[in-house]
Amino acid sequence: MSDLDARLQVIAPVERRVDAVQALMDEQGLKASEAVEELGHAALHQWLPINGGRVVAKAWTDAAFKARLMDNGIQAVAELGIGMPLHHRHLVVLENTSAVHNVICCTLCSCSAIRVIGLPPDWYKELDFRARIVRESRTVLREMGLDLPAEVELRVWDTTADTRYMVLPERPGHTASWSEEQLAAMVTQDAMIGVARL
Amino acid sequence: MDGMHDLGGKQGFGPVRHRPNAPAFHATWEVRVNSLYSHAVRLGIFNMDEYRHAIERMDARHYLSASYYERTLTSLATLLVEKGVLSQDALERCAQGRFPLAAPSAQGRSNVAARRSHAVGDRVRVREDYVAGHVRMPGYIRGKTGLVVAISPAYPYPDAHAHGVQAADEPTYDVQFRSDHLWPESADAALVHVGVFESYLEPA
Repeated sequence: MSDLDARLQVIAPVERRVDAVQALMDEQGLKASEAVEELGHAALHQWLPINGGRVVAKAWTDAAFKARLMDNGIQAVAELGIGMPLHHRHLVVLENTSAVHNVICCTLCSCSAIRVIGLPPDWYKELDFRARIVRESRTVLREMGLDLPAEVELRVWDTTADTRYMVLPERPGHTASWSEEQLAAMVTQDAMIGVARL
Repeated sequence: MDGMHDLGGKQGFGPVRHRPNAPAFHATWEVRVNSLYSHAVRLGIFNMDEYRHAIERMDARHYLSASYYERTLTSLATLLVEKGVLSQDALERCAQGRFPLAAPSAQGRSNVAARRSHAVGDRVRVREDYVAGHVRMPGYIRGKTGLVVAISPAYPYPDAHAHGVQAADEPTYDVQFRSDHLWPESADAALVHVGVFESYLEPA
């Protein structure tokens, strides 16, 4: 068997395929390796759940900010230095209460409010969550550790367009004396997606 | 298209493999491929709708067995080849092995002529349309009736934007569906909200 035939039999390992794309893009003068540096840094160090934590903490402690956040999410998070991509033209904040619980998904792919709550966690992008959360919503949440009473209204939001969503979790009672910074640090990504309560 | 990606409501899957504070990435190559496709969009080589549709066009078995970022990689490579930036042959020589790409795209479509605007509080029905190309209507809402609860500003219309077809941007409507209307006697009680493009709707 020639080298060519041998090569055509086996799918290249995924990492070699990524290397190939990057190298050939660089060869075309597209500055792929520079982009890998820059965007990798943003993904790992800039677009993090703590951004959303700060939004939540401010909404909990500043009623006027909360009103602005509920009215125009994009403008409100921009006050905290959080910029959304241009094509995300709307940020809807879904408030959890004792009577209503919201959870966000993207059944078709993985859309989420990346700049605010961070890159989506692995399970959010996987087939099981995407398939089951719209139809077996309460069962899936229970399996994930959140057992909602039957009388709590459950709203599931499937992110199918360019609007992005985040959950404003209910503030736990024991945090009454906490500083905004302490509050921000205790808000989890899971709570802002809606698969956990704080 | 009615591809494998259209997972909402499909049965046969198991428990969500969840841990608190779960990572977005499992390996450095995943961070790299995420950056590479974002860069390609930023450069204008392709747009987000084309990116999503190239994932949808993957062979069904490849789609289901690939990891999330392998789907990203396959879409990126497919579009780079289709747009004439790279060749599949060069990719395979460089990667020293096969580099499976997505299947070719069907035609796109422009805005539905009969579309009309709706208001919060309107009851609307999702049209019984079957779209060969990209569409952001999950199959589980096709033909179903719901309530408009919110309206979002106009966005590029995916059915056209993924295919280089001319179209007007369209508003999307957050339509609220009862889970027992979507899957009678076969769903947990919930109100399922979907962002539905104007072309996908008709008055109920």
